[in-house]
Amino acid sequence: MAVVWTRTNGEIFPQLSNIIFDRSHQKPHTRSTTHNMLLARVLLTSLKSFCMKLTKALTNVATIYRFVVRFFKEAIFPPYEWRELLNQCFTIGNKSLFLITFTCFLAGIVFTKQSQPSLASFGAESWLPSLVSQGVIRSLGPLITGLICAGKLGSNMGAELGSMQVTEQIDAMEVSGTRPFSYLVVTRVLAATLMLPLLVMYADGVALLGSFIMVNSFNDSSLVLFFNEVTASINYIDVTSSIVKAALFGFAIGIISCYAGYHSENGTTGVGKAANTAVVASMIFIFIIDLIVLQSLNLIR
Amino acid sequence: MNTETIPSESNVIDKTQRVIEIRNLEKSFGDRRVLNKVNLEVFARENLAVLGRSGSGKSVLIKCIVGLLKPDSGVIQVLGYDVPSLSAAELNELRLQVGFSFQGSALYDSMSIRQNLEFPLKRNLGIFDKKELDDKIMTSLKEVGLEHTVDQKPAELSGGMKKRIGIARTLILKPKIMLYDEPTSGLDPVTAAEINELILEVRDRYHTASIIITHDISCARQTSDRIVALINGESKLNGTFEELKATHDEELERFFNY
Repeated sequence: MAVVWTRTNGEIFPQLSNIIFDRSHQKPHTRSTTHNMLLARVLLTSLKSFCMKLTKALTNVATIYRFVVRFFKEAIFPPYEWRELLNQCFTIGNKSLFLITFTCFLAGIVFTKQSQPSLASFGAESWLPSLVSQGVIRSLGPLITGLICAGKLGSNMGAELGSMQVTEQIDAMEVSGTRPFSYLVVTRVLAATLMLPLLVMYADGVALLGSFIMVNSFNDSSLVLFFNEVTASINYIDVTSSIVKAALFGFAIGIISCYAGYHSENGTTGVGKAANTAVVASMIFIFIIDLIVLQSLNLIR
Repeated sequence: MNTETIPSESNVIDKTQRVIEIRNLEKSFGDRRVLNKVNLEVFARENLAVLGRSGSGKSVLIKCIVGLLKPDSGVIQVLGYDVPSLSAAELNELRLQVGFSFQGSALYDSMSIRQNLEFPLKRNLGIFDKKELDDKIMTSLKEVGLEHTVDQKPAELSGGMKKRIGIARTLILKPKIMLYDEPTSGLDPVTAAEINELILEVRDRYHTASIIITHDISCARQTSDRIVALINGESKLNGTFEELKATHDEELERFFNY
């Protein structure tokens, strides 16, 4: 018969402890001994679980490290996959163009419309093109493009490579000696790294065009005057940092998504998980990279 | 390293030439030992069936043979190459001589059948001439009786057709060894019999040595010259279909009785 203590004795789950340790046949321990044993068991289980999680995390870090090293090794040394690289560049650019045009055009309009009343209250409405251009080129353009590509390309790469992995298509390439890593991963990561800066430049242009439409509706300024104001307020560092940032975004999206897809397992559930990981991790890394580049630029400036 | 082509045009098993030799192969995943001291050998132009229940380590065994998995210990010699010790480049060289037909066919589903067959030709043999590619593709498809599917996508084909295309894609590189992973699983008896015939045709036409991984007793009987039974990760019995049938191993008797 299990010994039952009450909360008033300072024991919270004595019945549970008896059930866990099956002490119904034993003589009851003193309260403090049982309490200590239960505490020790709970601590031991927690420690074991923590160690297992830590081991798993460290193993994952090691696998990611090996994956990145392998990428650089296969990207630097021949044979190169030029044909597939061009194909991926076209696919990445083509896939994202419409969404980027649409969102960046709207972002330009919204940003201008929201900034105008604040500037007007200080009588500084003429600074609107300068403010918008700095905002768009330094931050808004790369960030919107990065996030859209993380969603669009990340899910695509993660799911595509994931489904290839679980249906043994990658193994089939491997056993036919066709170097799947170079063909599938290196080309995708390089294409994303190369195309993101181009897409960001395009996105900046579209956002500024949207902004011009709003500025024009406020004070009827001309396109030439607007772009003169825009170019006067940005400098070489703004443009370069924007391009570098975009390339880093592209690399992060490519490598994270390909890693998630290439290492997916457990059938179709794994494919969904790979696509999800690709998008979420890419987005988080985009903000981290944005912050790091911003801090580095502040040091330069 | 011995990479000579298998010589004779005859289809008689050449017992003097071992193309695959496995000794004391062991492989574990975590605490679970999947392969335990597996021993087998395959001779030139021989079809060897590895028969065993699901989860007995059959697929792990052939993945070790082509270097997709690294064994914990033991010897794997394929065409004279010591597989576990090969570099990536040497492994690729060997893999060009070994065809692998996957259980799920593993056709590249983003590509058409033509592109599936073109892929190894372009990447491994560097063939880019359209006429030469077309000739090779159509010849290969004709051999499996599916030339009309050339412009279709894998999703449009039945399971049996996918298996045939998968075999055609490996045959296009003219391998010396064929590895079939569950070639008849999930197929109706008629289609399964057609695949079994195709396996024999491949051996006769290309003089390949083959390992057929299967849990289908009729597939093992129809396609193999010899059978190795893999029971709980151990290669226990080795002989012809009739020899195995005559043994009184409990596990094998269950196979024959079902």
